[in-house]
Amino acid sequence: MINLFKKRQYVTVPQKVDKKEEREEKEVKVNIPDGLFTKCDDCGKIVLKEDIEKNLMKCPNCNKYFRMTAWQRIKLIIDEGTFLEYDKDLSTLNPLSYPDYEGKIKKLIDETGLKEAVVTGEGKIKGTDCVIAVMDSRFLMGSMGSVVGEKITRAVERATEKRLPVIIFTASGGARMQEGIFSLMQMAKTSAALKRHSDLGFLYVSVLTDPTTGGVTASFAMLGDIIISEPNALIGFAGPRVIEQTIKQKLPEGFQRAEFLLEHGFVDLIVERENLKETLYQILLIHRG
Amino acid sequence: MNIFEIEKASEELKKKIKELKEFSKLQNIDLSSEIEILENKLKELQRDSFKNITPWDKVLLARKIERPTSLDLIKRIFDNFIELHGDRLYKDDAAILGGIALLEGKPVTVIGQQKGKNTEENIKRNFGMPHPEGYRKALRLMKQAEKFKRPVICFIDTPGAFCGIGSEERGQGEAIARNLFEMSNLKTPIISIVIGEGGSGGALALAVGDRVWMLEHAIYSILSPEGFASILWKDASKAKEAASLMKLTAQDLLDFGIIDRIIKEPIGGAHRDVDETAKSIKQSLVDELELLRNLDIETLLNSRYEKFRRMGKFLE
Repeated sequence: MINLFKKRQYVTVPQKVDKKEEREEKEVKVNIPDGLFTKCDDCGKIVLKEDIEKNLMKCPNCNKYFRMTAWQRIKLIIDEGTFLEYDKDLSTLNPLSYPDYEGKIKKLIDETGLKEAVVTGEGKIKGTDCVIAVMDSRFLMGSMGSVVGEKITRAVERATEKRLPVIIFTASGGARMQEGIFSLMQMAKTSAALKRHSDLGFLYVSVLTDPTTGGVTASFAMLGDIIISEPNALIGFAGPRVIEQTIKQKLPEGFQRAEFLLEHGFVDLIVERENLKETLYQILLIHRG
Repeated sequence: MNIFEIEKASEELKKKIKELKEFSKLQNIDLSSEIEILENKLKELQRDSFKNITPWDKVLLARKIERPTSLDLIKRIFDNFIELHGDRLYKDDAAILGGIALLEGKPVTVIGQQKGKNTEENIKRNFGMPHPEGYRKALRLMKQAEKFKRPVICFIDTPGAFCGIGSEERGQGEAIARNLFEMSNLKTPIISIVIGEGGSGGALALAVGDRVWMLEHAIYSILSPEGFASILWKDASKAKEAASLMKLTAQDLLDFGIIDRIIKEPIGGAHRDVDETAKSIKQSLVDELELLRNLDIETLLNSRYEKFRRMGKFLE
């Protein structure tokens, strides 16, 4: 018995050393299925990827939420055949001449089939029109650079013109470092567009999904008239690792999770994925003028 | 030599000049030509040191403990400053101060991020890193300014919004977001001036202004160079390299159209002559507010919107 136990420890040690890289690898694996099976991070069960997809990207065993791609999300929320994409050809520049930024973007375009970290457009939810923006965490952690900021701003401005409600699904590590100050300014730009939309009496619902942090939390994520979150989503201004480094202590269990934000008054409601479309529809219905 | 080594050398020169002057006075010997040589050398040294100043030098200058803080400048620029406290929701945050004052006899609201002058004060001021209540106090004072139709002047000097348990519990993200949202349409002129460090969203939350200015050696960036290096290269010691890459100097940001004006600092930096620095800021404020006050509100708000609307680089 003792020997067996020791052997196990021996096996787990090298895994711990590469934890960071391993985690990144895992995320990629989860999001881009290349095999038939995947291991759930939470319950440890090996599950069929097809079963996860059929189950709205949730673990069929423990109900853990996997991250959805932008197109999976649009399919989940928007009535089939009604989605009209906006500004799909806006593309990224490298204003700081950051080394190999173009290469990185090109690789992500190839891997994800997306041009940038957000898809915007208009469509119907159970027959009701709305403008929608959906971020995709596969694309440089859903970070907001100039293109993401511009697409969201244009989508909100169109909603204002067309007198439509806006729904934004956030999934982002925050502002995009590689575009420096230009990324920071997208926070002001998107917030200003939402202010104009709001002042004319139109509805904005933000739906926070895992993860929503940094400059996205500190701008449009927190500006919804109604703020919805998916269960257990990580939501915060600073990332947990940064906070731990700053205050030099471990963070309590559940810190910065959706339930924590609900308890502290920063989220209106937590909605399970299977109820999301119906809930959004009900909210749109109540605000239909 | 970096600017601090040059500064040290010039301090030594100054000391020597002083000694020579005292000596010549005491012994009644004429040393004026020697003194003149040294004084010229000193001037040259100070001028040259700022010719080749690197972005990293500016980071160090902007963080210098002797650098004038918001309060140092407020006292010199405005009359009858009355500090007002608290966000009416939770508490008073000493990292942001605000109040009402007169500028050449006209009422204004003044808000500033405040660093300490020593360790003790820095602990009280949380090193100029505000909590949500600081941003909410700022917004309360801005709304008050809107009501009483007086312009808002913001002094920005922060490493960033504080990252901690309390600040997350009380909604740091929401507090910053709300300021961006409300400032974008606040019906009174806003001028924001980065006087030292303009760190990330924590700085931007006071910088959605009709005019955004920077002192000559101030910095303004998406994150500290250390944070940038540690996120992108997993190595905080590459901060110097990051500082160059990030384009965080006033000169870079003026070229990018992110800021509207650079306010010159005295040779050697703002701390060399705080009165002079304050005088330059005051002159700019008086002139610009005259202009902004004459705009009708709709024009003002439209151009504020367009100013931020234009920011971003992408390919259509």
